Amino acid sequence: MKVNGVSHPAPTDPRRLLSDHLRHDLGLTGTHVGCEHGVCGCCTVLLDGAPVRSCLMLAVQAERHEVTTIEGLARDQAPLHPVQQAFHECHGLQCGFCTPGFVMSVVGLLAQHPSPSAQEIEEGIAGNLCRCTGYASIRRSVLRAAALSSPLVGKGRDGAE
Amino acid sequence: MTTRWFGAPVQRVEDDRLLRGHGRFTDDIGEDALECCFVRSPYAHARIITSIDAAAARAMPGVVAVYTAADLPFGGVDLPLLIPHPNLTHGRTQRCLASDIVRYSGEAVAFVVAENRYLAEDAAELVQVEYEPLPVVITPEVAARAEHLVHSDVPGNIAAEMLQEVGDVDAAMAAAPRRKRLRFRYERGAASPMEARAVWARWSSDEHRLTVYDSTQSPTSIRGGLAVLFSLPESSVDVIAPDVGGGFGPKIMLFYPDELLVPYAAMQLGRPVKWTEDRQEHFTAVNQERGQVHEVEVGFDDEGRLLALQDDFLHDGGAYTPYGIILPIITSAQVPGPYRIPNYRVRFRDLYTNAVPTSPYRGAGRPHACFVMERTLDAIAADLGIDRIEVRRRNLIQAGDFPYDVGVAWQDGNTVVYDSGNYPVLLDKAIALLGPKPAGDHVGMGIGIYVEGTGVGPYEGAHVQVLVSGKVVAATGIPNQGQAHATVWAQVVADELGVDVKDVEITSGDTRRFPWGVGTFASRGAVTAGNAMHVAARMVAAKARQIAADHLEADPADLELAGGRVRVKGSPDRGMPLGAVAVLSNPVRYAFGGGTEAATQFAAKPRPGPPLQDGEQPGLEATGYYSPPGSTWASGCHAAYVRVDPKTFRLEILKYVVVHDCGRVINPLVLQGQIEGGVAQGIAGAFYERLAYDEDGQLRNASFMEFLMPYATEIPAIEIDHIETPSPLNPLGVKGAGEAGVIPVGAVIGSAIEEALGVPITEMPLSPLKLYELSKAHPT
Repeated sequence: MKVNGVSHPAPTDPRRLLSDHLRHDLGLTGTHVGCEHGVCGCCTVLLDGAPVRSCLMLAVQAERHEVTTIEGLARDQAPLHPVQQAFHECHGLQCGFCTPGFVMSVVGLLAQHPSPSAQEIEEGIAGNLCRCTGYASIRRSVLRAAALSSPLVGKGRDGAE
Repeated sequence: MTTRWFGAPVQRVEDDRLLRGHGRFTDDIGEDALECCFVRSPYAHARIITSIDAAAARAMPGVVAVYTAADLPFGGVDLPLLIPHPNLTHGRTQRCLASDIVRYSGEAVAFVVAENRYLAEDAAELVQVEYEPLPVVITPEVAARAEHLVHSDVPGNIAAEMLQEVGDVDAAMAAAPRRKRLRFRYERGAASPMEARAVWARWSSDEHRLTVYDSTQSPTSIRGGLAVLFSLPESSVDVIAPDVGGGFGPKIMLFYPDELLVPYAAMQLGRPVKWTEDRQEHFTAVNQERGQVHEVEVGFDDEGRLLALQDDFLHDGGAYTPYGIILPIITSAQVPGPYRIPNYRVRFRDLYTNAVPTSPYRGAGRPHACFVMERTLDAIAADLGIDRIEVRRRNLIQAGDFPYDVGVAWQDGNTVVYDSGNYPVLLDKAIALLGPKPAGDHVGMGIGIYVEGTGVGPYEGAHVQVLVSGKVVAATGIPNQGQAHATVWAQVVADELGVDVKDVEITSGDTRRFPWGVGTFASRGAVTAGNAMHVAARMVAAKARQIAADHLEADPADLELAGGRVRVKGSPDRGMPLGAVAVLSNPVRYAFGGGTEAATQFAAKPRPGPPLQDGEQPGLEATGYYSPPGSTWASGCHAAYVRVDPKTFRLEILKYVVVHDCGRVINPLVLQGQIEGGVAQGIAGAFYERLAYDEDGQLRNASFMEFLMPYATEIPAIEIDHIETPSPLNPLGVKGAGEAGVIPVGAVIGSAIEEALGVPITEMPLSPLKLYELSKAHPT
């Protein structure tokens, strides 16, 4: 399986969850586990570009697929990914535990809907639980992320932030 | 003091690592730790009739140890009763592992340590425990009937009883033109932080040193307890709350059994040990709160003015009382809220039930108190045909009435005295912000005003140091669970030292950096640790002025700290960098880089005598403390319009407004987040989340599939305004803000639904099903 562009050997324990494999075998602890039954969305990663719950998958099911975790969005000291940057600017996180899952869901959302409507934002983040923010700042973050991701941004064109 | 950083919407300094996935939560710490699983009681009340048989589990490959009470040197010791009180005549605490009687479903019975969690869970299933079920006492009403006892030696299931009276209630009630009796019921709720609990421990036999990572709200208390239990000096025990994924109260409870068992196992086995709670365990083994039943009698006049109020309530304490009777004391104190009640009598009975113990959950005794008072005022308004807003206006404490002595006991041992506020303005602003009522059927308006005693003592401290680089490090004992401590305290320190907020690095909740303090609870971080930071930073600034004065040949009083320098006021060119002052603060024999040659023995000396003179200490650093004389009282008014679908009973919150007063605001961005999150948690507890205990004491919805924590789809946008009445009790003039958002939401939503649907709302939580039942019972 490829994780963040790097090939890794297959996990040896057939019942190892993908979330545990990422966290405890590969040391990618940015993917969090909030409920282990697929409701909270904290463990969301991208599987071949689409958001999935890594606590509802066995690691062996990810073989021959590409997994992207939160650590794969902006390497080391590289500038933050636009979605990460937007969450920072809009105070879209408090304790930060649900945040990687939200960020990965929003990356998936914006890939499908680069300029999401309010309804699309609502649906796009409706699979992730947050106990700190009350979601208002997360909605603002998604709008900001869409603006930052727009090809118009930074080119001084109308419509840019 | 300048106001450059204080009050500014500074973006959070802690975000970057959290956004990159580089946060460090307890379960992220590995180091090849052994992993654990509890065996927990499936019964809410039962006797363990044989000794627990763990032989098969111990024999399983990969299992390293299985502990039962009989295996522990402290297995027969009751866990600490954290807050004793004279009225808590029958306090009881559980043992680390039960060996005789279990009193709630989820109580720990055995602890399995294995090479990994998967194996530990397999082995836990092999532990044999035979139970004889006993009668279950669930809900406070059943407990009060005392047909069965939770503890055989506690008559009536009564842990504590307390009666307080201000004025003469009997006389005032008898003389009141109007009287009314009301009954209100609030059910248990669950804080449910997204990160459940976790503990990691390592024992170094070489260094004779215990290191514990714990997702706790009080690492300093955990450290003290472990030092006592294991007969170690506190200096040999380090407890760190790293990134904590939300707390909201239950993580201030200590000691959960794992907080002793994980360090004990690490010491016994000579390897790091980690336990991470799963979500189901969190529902059944972590403290909850809010179960109360209130019987109210109110006397009032024809204009709706309160003359006397009597409240007799039952408090669901759960199976044990480790946290004492703080919750019902808070409720007793907070029922009067922002209103003048000349004659007030409150009695509570804290009752044992066969459910997980109760301790503070965001709001801690206040949402129920607010619900009682606000619903009572709505009932008076309805009786008299007076507008609900007008009834409130006629009873509010006025701006000139402060300090206002309510006369009842407070949770810190003092009596309740409101320090400052302006409640009429809160109400006026909220009504203005709410605007006209939307058109349509089944639309209702709700309103609630509250006060919140915040920033309780006893104290917090802080250490602030300027490094030779000019950067500043500061530390305090209380940990952070998302409240942006590292940002707001950097703002406080940066102002005093005249540096950029980015040059201040805060460490919180790490006893290696600051060993003293109490914890993060009661909306007290900004008040206690914030003011301690202020005190320590001022001491550092004074020291910097003194040292620089010698070198600049100036009077310290003529110096100021600004732009990272100490300089002469009015002559900004005459000055020196703060880092250079840090160098001079520490006379050295050996220069070690960083400009320290300036402090060696042959460098120019600004004054005669020994390098350190009487009373001087090396280092540009200081430790300061702040101990509040009493709580400081925040306040606010919430109002909302809701629509209820008369067929499906779906709730639609059309508008929700908040006007809030927490004294001087350190960071409006952070404050907005605290309020928005609090209101969301309030809405969750008012209409979506319900802990469905059955009569056998089983929690039937112990998962996020059935405990309906709201997603974004359920939480509306919230409009917020502020007023600032600075607290006279602390140097920064701040009041707490962490819990405020949640407090009046039940009262507001209940009031609005009552108007929208025309059914009496006297209980929390509500749900579409509950509204359906109420509509059937009260056809319009």
